[in-house]
Amino acid sequence: MSDHNAAAHDHVEHPTWKQYKWVGFWLLVITAIEVWVYYTPFKDSKLFAPTLLLMSAVKFAVVVFYYMHLKYDHPLFKRLFAMGLGIAICTMFALLFLFGALKIGG
Amino acid sequence: MTVATADTPAGHEGHHEHVHYTSTGLENRKIAIWALIGSECMLFASLISTYLIYKGRSKVGPFPHEWSCKTSNVVGKTAELVAGCAPADVLKPILDIPVTSQSTFVLLMSSLAMVLALAAVENKGHPLPTGAGWWDRCLASSKFWLMATAVMGVAFIGYQSYEFTSFVHEGLTIKTNLFGSSFFTLTGFHGAHVSVGVLWLLTLFAIDVKRGLKGKNDVLLVDICALYWHFVDVVWIAIFTLIYLIQ
Repeated sequence: MSDHNAAAHDHVEHPTWKQYKWVGFWLLVITAIEVWVYYTPFKDSKLFAPTLLLMSAVKFAVVVFYYMHLKYDHPLFKRLFAMGLGIAICTMFALLFLFGALKIGG
Repeated sequence: MTVATADTPAGHEGHHEHVHYTSTGLENRKIAIWALIGSECMLFASLISTYLIYKGRSKVGPFPHEWSCKTSNVVGKTAELVAGCAPADVLKPILDIPVTSQSTFVLLMSSLAMVLALAAVENKGHPLPTGAGWWDRCLASSKFWLMATAVMGVAFIGYQSYEFTSFVHEGLTIKTNLFGSSFFTLTGFHGAHVSVGVLWLLTLFAIDVKRGLKGKNDVLLVDICALYWHFVDVVWIAIFTLIYLIQ
């Protein structure tokens, strides 16, 4: 192992306590909005599911990038995670199409 | 892959450092946990897909979001649609959103506590600022945050146990219908992951009490546990939206 590599590993910047606090705050706010929306007439709208999925994706990304430090960590970790997540999402869509839970063109 | 062991840094005498770097300059165990997390994504994607495929295909109630009648098998989105059913035979929508929202809040906050535990271990040895109050001392205490995370994990499992028990009392078991089978399998697997995380956290807490968590190797131990814990959290973020909120 070169010293350069070890040094690169050891100098990973992490968010500060204040950033962690704000991330936690926004996670709570988004979750509160999700639950609130569930009890409004918007629940019957066609946009309800896409809106919730978008909010959920934002929460997912925020936790992965800030709390799991993927934003700051080595690109190899990003690739490992993206590969697993990508295969998982493709598998999910494949299964949903295969069993008729999702249909192209209604 | 070439593997080397890091030397003991100054200021950590008496505690042998044993951090294995690969030729990439990255630690073995950290690569392993990310690979595990990647593969766990596939496991949970399969379980969520199964739930979504079986959703709406159950022949008998109880159903997640719909009212139903045991005797006539009438299913409706509102109570009025099963008005003709005898009160004893009416099955309410089984998912309890207020309770699950609370457990979601608890799990999200446990993730915050976990990052603070990691930050406390990373900053161990740094002197507290002059005039530091109780909050600064709390922020610097890895024991406090590790225990807080574990307690919130236990609370989440408590919420899940309550939910499972109430479902069984209302007539939904893993054998009742397709919804029950896929729901209990998915959330049960997630609950098992939370339980493993709690045991892991308590082990780290015990190590911290016994000899104190300090140095690169211990930071790595906490970091790996934190990654696992946050992964459990992100899986719940997906489950909460896909299973509980979207009808």
